[in-house]
Amino acid sequence: MYQYNKQDQTLIEERVNEFRGQTQRFLSGELGPDQFRALRLMNGLYVQTHAPMLRVAVPYGLLSSKQLRKLASVARDYDRGYCHFTTRQNVQYNWPELSRVPDLLAELATVQMHAIQTSGNCLRNTTSDPLAGICKDEIEDPRPYCEIIRQWTTLHPEFAFLPRKFKIAVSGATHDRAAVQFHDIGVYLVKNEAGEIGFRILAGGGLGRTPIIGQTVRPFLEKQHLLSYLEAILRVYNLFGRRDNKYKARIKILVKETGLEKFTAMVEKEWLRIKEDMILSNERIEEIKAQFLPPAYDPSAADDNALTAQLADNTDFAKWFKYNTVEHKIAGYRGVYVSLKAPDSPPGDMTDKQLEAVADLADQFSFGEIRSTHRQNLVLADVKQADLFTVWQQLNAIKLATPNIGTVTDMICCPGLDFCSLANAGSIGVAKELNEALDDLDYIHDIGDIKINMSGCMNGCAHQSVGHIGILGVDKHGEEWYQITLGGSSENEAAIGERLGPSVPKDQITSTITTILDVYIKQRLEDEAFLETVKRVGLEPFKERVYANH
Amino acid sequence: MLAWNHSKKEFMQIIKDRQLVENTWTFVADDNPLPENGDITVTLARWLTDKEQLLKRSSQTGVRLIPSDQIEPLTNDLSKIGVIELNFPIFGDGRLFSQARLLRSRDGYQGEIRAVGDYLPDQVFYLARVGVNAFEFSDPNHIQEALAAMNNFSVRYQASTN
Repeated sequence: MYQYNKQDQTLIEERVNEFRGQTQRFLSGELGPDQFRALRLMNGLYVQTHAPMLRVAVPYGLLSSKQLRKLASVARDYDRGYCHFTTRQNVQYNWPELSRVPDLLAELATVQMHAIQTSGNCLRNTTSDPLAGICKDEIEDPRPYCEIIRQWTTLHPEFAFLPRKFKIAVSGATHDRAAVQFHDIGVYLVKNEAGEIGFRILAGGGLGRTPIIGQTVRPFLEKQHLLSYLEAILRVYNLFGRRDNKYKARIKILVKETGLEKFTAMVEKEWLRIKEDMILSNERIEEIKAQFLPPAYDPSAADDNALTAQLADNTDFAKWFKYNTVEHKIAGYRGVYVSLKAPDSPPGDMTDKQLEAVADLADQFSFGEIRSTHRQNLVLADVKQADLFTVWQQLNAIKLATPNIGTVTDMICCPGLDFCSLANAGSIGVAKELNEALDDLDYIHDIGDIKINMSGCMNGCAHQSVGHIGILGVDKHGEEWYQITLGGSSENEAAIGERLGPSVPKDQITSTITTILDVYIKQRLEDEAFLETVKRVGLEPFKERVYANH
Repeated sequence: MLAWNHSKKEFMQIIKDRQLVENTWTFVADDNPLPENGDITVTLARWLTDKEQLLKRSSQTGVRLIPSDQIEPLTNDLSKIGVIELNFPIFGDGRLFSQARLLRSRDGYQGEIRAVGDYLPDQVFYLARVGVNAFEFSDPNHIQEALAAMNNFSVRYQASTN
């Protein structure tokens, strides 16, 4: 993975110093709350229900074991012994003290980590495919381009005060695992007719209150123009994006109100002007690519004979293997999902002990690297099949081997009322109740591939509008109610879920979800997945059952 | 007292090219008459309508831009403009950053670009990088903070105006 050079390291240290000064000025009353708000947000610090929340950047979801251990010690020393992985592959701490945040950031800087631009109206962390570099369907590894974008976005002087937050995702595979179409800018690595690899650029996608699928502004962009094209889009957005209403300030509204054709023309005009001055040289690309070379795989990894017998002998292991590991482009290796969706713990949360144990596993079995995923799990990307049984046993011992990846209990969930000052609903509590109702693994496995996304308010941090089942917490006269959508997807065939009907009260949400699952099981044809069934039969059969008694 | 009568402002210092200098410019609001003498700045609208009259004066004229201004009508006039002020109504309005960048890199403006209004010393590092070379603060305490903040970072990832 990318290792900081002296320049990279200097920058994050200078940022810590700057933030230390800003915090001191705020605590001494020199800096007003509104001014400090904008400055602290650009450093990932929110003020939440109980305490500040600090969001730490995990660029494109890549972590070293050393970084994971630092996250663990920070959780212990500055928080209450745990942290939370987000849908943007980042990490959140919910209990740091404001006056100690500069020290916390200084600690993170010792392992090349920071909180720069993890919130605020600026260019955010670039996200990517958690299976980058190991999946079979990859056109090219997206991570070098993510790193190039990371550097370009960091302290970009012109785009530090945008109309609203701005998120970029890059995918290099044919299967989109990075929700690229729901980003302000989406980037797909593609091959053109001449066989050259370049980028397809989308703009204007986004979730939140008004979910919109991004549209293609340039079907093929040569690699050398990546940064000039991004810069042209950002300049048009910075100048013309709405600033009169924060709910209409994302680029998706600009693209929608301007029209794709006119918006594209504005971008292209600016791009033609600047592109020759902003060439991304091949040397530069190669230099960054050299930091993402494949690890030293064991050429005899596939010779192992033990796995077949282990799978046959141990059904629990076999279940875990089926759901929590994925194929790898190198024979004899698998990618391993570390499930952060144990039934009795909040989705995406990890304790310091778990973080350290996973760091050890990464060192021993996966070249010292860990990835965080969009669906709030971790991945050990390069595990030899001969080591899988041991890895499973060790993950099992720390409750990180629930065999539920891609199933109904692998929910995306925001922190909700328990932590967030915006929330209308206690998402974590609902997730817990759902988990208790869905405690039969065979049933869960029978339901198969289904994605439940649950947000505590319409800001949609947990992407409920693109969940196969979306659950949205709404406030009705001070009570928690839940609105349900079906048929959303953030993958290749991107779709926004359709509302099932009136929202349901808190005490009926679990029974409503189990009813929906029941309707699916009755309606499905053979091994048809949930999303396919919803597409085929529509919402009617679900509505009939859910609202039968109303 | 007319807005241009800046007797109170005589000691007002600004930062220009990283040095403290005395401010010699006065902004004249649209509803105030033009003074006979002294360097003044006016709104873009006034510049575009009263250009000829303004250029007949013996002193220099500058333009004070606000974020919603379209700067393109100014392109051909840039050689006649002594200073361009970017007036922040609120510090978070980032449009002025792109305007500065365009004035420098697209339009080739080489005169002074000055930040005025409601912005923070913490923003001068960014502003300096998009081509702003002068900074006026209503709070004199901000001047020293701004001078220090210019050196907050020694690392630059992007090719920009500087």
